[in-house]
Amino acid sequence: MWTWFYRLASPPHVYRVAAMLIPWFLTGAAIAIGYGAIAGLVFAPPDYQQGDAFRIIYVHAPSGWISMFAYSTMAVAGAIGLIWRIKMGHAVAAAVAPIGASFTLLALVTGSLWGRPMWGTYWAWDPRLTSELILLFLYAGVMSLRPAFEDASRGDRAAALLAIVGVVNVPIIHYSVLWWNSLHQGATVAKLGKPSMPPSMLVPLLSMLLGFMCFFGAVLCMRLRGEVLNRERQASWIREAIRS
Amino acid sequence: MLKGVSLEVGPRELMHVAGPNGAGKTTLLRVATGLLRPEQGSVAWFGQSITQVQSEYQSALAYASHETALKGDLTALENLRYMVRMKRRATLTELRGCLDRTGVAGCADLPVRVLSAGQRRRVVMARILAASAVLWLLDEPFTNLDAAGSALMSALLEEHVGGGGMALVVAHHDLKLQATQRRMELKG
Amino acid sequence: MNVGAWRAMMLIVHRDLCLSFRRPEQVLQPLVFFLIVTTLFPLGLSVQLSLLRDMAPGVLWVAALLSSLLSLDSLFKNDADDGTLEQLALSGQSLATIVIAKTVAHWLVSGAALVLVSPVVAIGLAIPVSAFATMLLGLTLGTLTLSWLGAIGAGLTVGLRRGNVLLSLIVLPLAMPLLIFGAGATDRAISGASAVGALYFLASLCVFTTTLAPFAAAAALRIALD
Repeated sequence: MWTWFYRLASPPHVYRVAAMLIPWFLTGAAIAIGYGAIAGLVFAPPDYQQGDAFRIIYVHAPSGWISMFAYSTMAVAGAIGLIWRIKMGHAVAAAVAPIGASFTLLALVTGSLWGRPMWGTYWAWDPRLTSELILLFLYAGVMSLRPAFEDASRGDRAAALLAIVGVVNVPIIHYSVLWWNSLHQGATVAKLGKPSMPPSMLVPLLSMLLGFMCFFGAVLCMRLRGEVLNRERQASWIREAIRS
Repeated sequence: MLKGVSLEVGPRELMHVAGPNGAGKTTLLRVATGLLRPEQGSVAWFGQSITQVQSEYQSALAYASHETALKGDLTALENLRYMVRMKRRATLTELRGCLDRTGVAGCADLPVRVLSAGQRRRVVMARILAASAVLWLLDEPFTNLDAAGSALMSALLEEHVGGGGMALVVAHHDLKLQATQRRMELKG
Repeated sequence: MNVGAWRAMMLIVHRDLCLSFRRPEQVLQPLVFFLIVTTLFPLGLSVQLSLLRDMAPGVLWVAALLSSLLSLDSLFKNDADDGTLEQLALSGQSLATIVIAKTVAHWLVSGAALVLVSPVVAIGLAIPVSAFATMLLGLTLGTLTLSWLGAIGAGLTVGLRRGNVLLSLIVLPLAMPLLIFGAGATDRAISGASAVGALYFLASLCVFTTTLAPFAAAAALRIALD
């Protein structure tokens, strides 16, 4: 029944499809980010509260969303590899991890830069940034666990299990950090709130998000092809694939 | 990596798995126990897949690996007590009897860490006996045993198989047994 | 099955407790570590009672987390090394049953011991006696939750050579919510406010982890035994 699915998930097929998708993703990314950047950074009006500082949201918010999306992707791909024993699931999980971690880092850095004009300091334990930081630690855990095993297959499965445990914990962590922050509300820390969004601000933001997603897709496909090559290096189809 | 291996063991049969180091003998045994899930293929117990009748299968087998699986800080008797009682009710007298049978009755109340390697192997033998299992899965059971110990192990195997039991024994040397022996040679 | 799950669990708990009592230093060392770490803070910061009291919940909980992590490494390692874990896995009981029994036994000699020692530490950190009830309840729930999380981490890292650092790296981010709620509850109790909300969150975290962690840890052990 699932044979078509297994065929879809066979390494040569994944390798080919990923190659096909890259140019599409890159074009989409270029267009969406191009439009979003120009419309958001140049044409959108400055926020009445934050002035021009809010513009970093055009990089910060999409990075944050993608960091979460990437973690979920990693957990789902790992689950597919773990439960249905589809090796490409583990390949996707391994490919996504560093990308997601990089977006998390980007979200943290842009958040910190955003905080400087707002809080006067580069870091003030804002709840959302703190959640991002803990997400980075979760990424670090999964990325450190996989290579620690001598048997690569065991490493894949352990990392997949940890990713699943992590994804279940993310809402818990998020909520607990929010609660923790409300506890210490005494500090006059303005939260990194999104300014209320008229269309001229919102549309570029959505465009940036779309562009980031396309970019994420492109980088994922590139890394996935690398993972497939590495994992299947003993297989015979590799030689023909490299020649073409 | 094991490929294309197929075997069958029935009551009153002993299968001897032989081969050079690294041929995959231990791997094969572990697949038989169900600890290792093969990528392809399956293990069946009286016609049913062991994943479906897992607890029944596990109750019917006794496994001895390279490690002795004995806790150094517990006495031999205590080790037996905790391990055997996980599978069936057993009185201390029974367990002492098994230790006596394998010649380590005097070690029953000594912590395992003070026993020699040969004595520990005999305690492992006692555990296998005490488990009252139909299927014995033994990985190099003659390790560390002196001549008397080896003779004892052989006698126990004879008795087990003769009495209707089954055994899958990994050994790199020949087994001098009278019981129905089949042999599988794994190439490295 | 000839032997019921309950009886098997009791056997495992009995065995593990027996082993722990024969090596009392393995139980005492993390407790001493707990005492030492909590001493570091007054030494490093200040002896002013008001300041101590402010830091106390955080210091107490961080110290409890770190000392629990020390002992978690050995949860499955000893059994994995001498082949006993394999025998347990072949005993006819599900791995989840085995995990529950071993984790409970482990908590009894680590987390529970920590809770018993905590009043001593609390006095040293200027926590008023009125907050003790909240602190003890919070620590009980928290150390139990941590044991479950630690079981998952220990299961994932059982075969690895330098597993204990990786274990901490894995478990600590997952333990941050319980640190937040536990220290928060104690903090509120110290300042006289109601800690009930925080304790409820802590309790629900504990229940959530107790229900799901054994299966996750069992899955981790299955990967390790493979």
